[in-house]
Amino acid sequence: MRQTISVLVENQAGVLNRITGLFSRRAFNIESLAVGVTDDPAISRITIIVDSGNSVVEQVSKQLNKLIEVIKVRTLEEDRLIGRELVLIKVNANAKTRPDIMTICELMGAKVADISPTSLTLELSDTPDRIDTFESMLRPFSIQEVARTGVIALQKGSGKI
Amino acid sequence: MKREFDNEKKLYTLSLLVKDIPGVMSQVSRLFSRKGYNIESIATGASNEPGVTRITIVIKGDELMIDQIAAQCRKLLPVLAVKVLDADSSLQREVALIKVQADDMMSRGEIIQIAELFRANIIDVSRDALTVATFGTEEKVEALMNLLQEFGILEVVRTGTIAIERGRSTIYDQTKLKEEYNYGKNVL
Amino acid sequence: MKIRATQAIMECLLEQEVDTVFGYPGGTILNLYDELYNYRDKITHVLTAHEQGASHAADGYARSTGKVGVCFATSGPGATNLTTGIATAYMDSSPVVFITCNVTEPLLGRDSFQEVDITGIAMPITKATYLVRDAQSIPSIMRQAFAVAATGRPGPVLIDFLKNVTAPTEMIDYEFIPWYENRTWGSVRELSESHGLKAPEPDHGDIDKLVEMIAQSERPLLICGGGVVRGRAHKEFRTFAEKLDSPVAITLMGGGGFPGGHPLTTGMIGMHGSRASNVAVDRCDLLIAVGCRFSDRVALNPNTFASQAKIVHIDIDRAEIDKNVLTDHHIVGNARRVLELLNERIGQYSHPEWKEQILSLRREREEVGEDDSAFSPKQVLETIRRMAPKDTIVATDVGQNQMWTIQYFHFDYPGQLLTSGGFGTMGFGLGAAIGAKMAHPDKVVIHTTGDGCFRMNCHELSTVEHYHLPIITVVFNNGTLGMVRQWQNLIYDQRYSETTLDRGPDFVKLAEAYGLKGCRVTNVREMEAAMAEALSCGCGYVIDCMLDIDEMVRPMVPGGGNITDFLLS
Repeated sequence: MRQTISVLVENQAGVLNRITGLFSRRAFNIESLAVGVTDDPAISRITIIVDSGNSVVEQVSKQLNKLIEVIKVRTLEEDRLIGRELVLIKVNANAKTRPDIMTICELMGAKVADISPTSLTLELSDTPDRIDTFESMLRPFSIQEVARTGVIALQKGSGKI
Repeated sequence: MKREFDNEKKLYTLSLLVKDIPGVMSQVSRLFSRKGYNIESIATGASNEPGVTRITIVIKGDELMIDQIAAQCRKLLPVLAVKVLDADSSLQREVALIKVQADDMMSRGEIIQIAELFRANIIDVSRDALTVATFGTEEKVEALMNLLQEFGILEVVRTGTIAIERGRSTIYDQTKLKEEYNYGKNVL
Repeated sequence: MKIRATQAIMECLLEQEVDTVFGYPGGTILNLYDELYNYRDKITHVLTAHEQGASHAADGYARSTGKVGVCFATSGPGATNLTTGIATAYMDSSPVVFITCNVTEPLLGRDSFQEVDITGIAMPITKATYLVRDAQSIPSIMRQAFAVAATGRPGPVLIDFLKNVTAPTEMIDYEFIPWYENRTWGSVRELSESHGLKAPEPDHGDIDKLVEMIAQSERPLLICGGGVVRGRAHKEFRTFAEKLDSPVAITLMGGGGFPGGHPLTTGMIGMHGSRASNVAVDRCDLLIAVGCRFSDRVALNPNTFASQAKIVHIDIDRAEIDKNVLTDHHIVGNARRVLELLNERIGQYSHPEWKEQILSLRREREEVGEDDSAFSPKQVLETIRRMAPKDTIVATDVGQNQMWTIQYFHFDYPGQLLTSGGFGTMGFGLGAAIGAKMAHPDKVVIHTTGDGCFRMNCHELSTVEHYHLPIITVVFNNGTLGMVRQWQNLIYDQRYSETTLDRGPDFVKLAEAYGLKGCRVTNVREMEAAMAEALSCGCGYVIDCMLDIDEMVRPMVPGGGNITDFLLS
């Protein structure tokens, strides 16, 4: 099962290493990981997505809580979260294929970030599922490279971490 | 002639393609913590190849330091490619979700107006809070956060920056930085 | 063909032509040792007293032969006991494959009995770590591990097998493929496509540029680093030095890369380097460093290092270039190949004045000598040098004994000197000597140590006795942690905090307790007699040399200083 863990940490060297170490020692693979500062520059928020059972996530959360650099750990409930991810996709494009690509962009609400005679770079911020769909729609045009941020998530409503 | 390195500390963006195996994040992040470097942001997401993850790291440092860390990254077994991207020739984007206090009609209206100005979306509404989603450059996200500050920010989560080169070139192209990469891949 | 997973592990060792392994059994690695019992005719296992001893022995074996060393240990404390040995091998680029076993998959990450995340622990001190969770992957991982350890810049690799993977019921598909074939096949091939495994062919333009720089130089200096030893490039290096007619300074790790008694050598470089070497660095106009990483013990202050010279760095590892010292030119490649190409391209040079300027400093030192009235480390080592065969392998420990050994003994071929240079591991010597003696039963192996170092791992004398290894241990017994005391003496106002070792055991009686022979010596004559007996007795022998507590290593440049700022001359 996919689970989303949000962690607030002190923004200092080595924190990330300690956190990822907790996963790798159990031979867990992290599906996605996003780190960004919060409204307080001294604090970063890490969003981790793992694919594993409840007990495992609970165990890892407990271990995370024990790290001195960790301020708060929260597993977000799947049905109560808003997830967003950003993707930049570079796709082959020429005069003939460009209109088709643009149509897909319009349908999905994506924007063109850069254009060159042989390529288009597109950006889309949406839920991970919609991004997967977007990527698969573009695949026939030959994708050159993709960069995704990994998912970030907030709980719905006014509750906070 | 000794090679000239830019001594000024500034933000650099490192793009890595890595094999999607347990421990790979630890291996990469360890290289930074070992030298006491603090990562400004790190974003990990799928790439266009199955089983390959793309990691984007933003770090403050001088050129020599970035050069060294890139060389060290290349020596890790699960790392398939490393490229240092500079701000001028690449697109940098990130997403932020901002939960803002909004318990009266007036502030709600104002927040929605600000969001529209920034082309941000309101993705969740409740009786006393609004959640704004925005994406763009780091500066844009920060400008929006500054404006929303006065309403009371409840929480913020950001993806960290991802980057992609402008134009046709990609991370898969021969990464040639300055004169030294006449040797192709660094030997393990 | 289907065979047991453990059998595949043994067969993979045989693919790599492994005939000797060092190790210590335990709970989780039982399955592997059970299989080893079937292979006892083909693979000799050396059981040490402690896993650390096994790790140093495998390292010593690798250093003295140039082959990959192999070391086994069990999970938890067995594995963590290896870590000092792994780090030692890593810092000195020594190829060793460490094989540990871990708990079964369901117990992983539960703080189970004797469980530790050894792949996580070993990550910063290995070239690669593998956690094997699937028996089918054994052959490909084993082959990759050996390829990674042995090729490029060599170094240690750790493989951690989960116990269930080694269960006797695990059967896997396996086909024997000798190492020289499997290096270009399957997973190893994939790896060498994604990463450079073998050194690239040196850029010929870069070689030509160096040839030009050589032509313009009037005062060239060569540094022989550990890369010359690891790459077994000693012959090419010697030809190059003689063609260039340039003084040669040798780093600690470069010992054996260039003949210690050669007329061009200036001796060791760095903190305890000779005056000739260090002054040469300061005065040269072209410094060519081969396989040397300009560590802080060599370069001291990187900003003033060779300030009058153009610095050229030849190294196999791109990540070493411009890491510690900024260079004017560099060539990335295997030392042997780079030197071969250079030798083809340069003619015979002659720098008589420059050579005289530098090498006269070395002669001065030799002529002045030291006060010979008291029993000195120099006398000990000169006696050994006089009496032992020229190809004697010497394993040192760390500290004063190490510096004296390197200063007064001449090393002529790679693998003759075994010393922990980068990591400075006290207690390295005896294990390393055991490894070297297993590999070279026909050569005399001498272990030089201090009373502090020897006490750390002297239990390995039981291994020396059990396997009938006539290793000669020479203890420089000054009743103190000499190198630390030297710093306290010079830098800490003679406040000898916790460095005096006025305590047992009696090393001669200790040797006897282990079933070996020993002798205490206080002057040259006794030393000669002891050496004669040690060389002929056919068993392990401990020579306890009683030295003055205030013996110092000379010369000395304090850390971070300019290379010619001698604190002691």
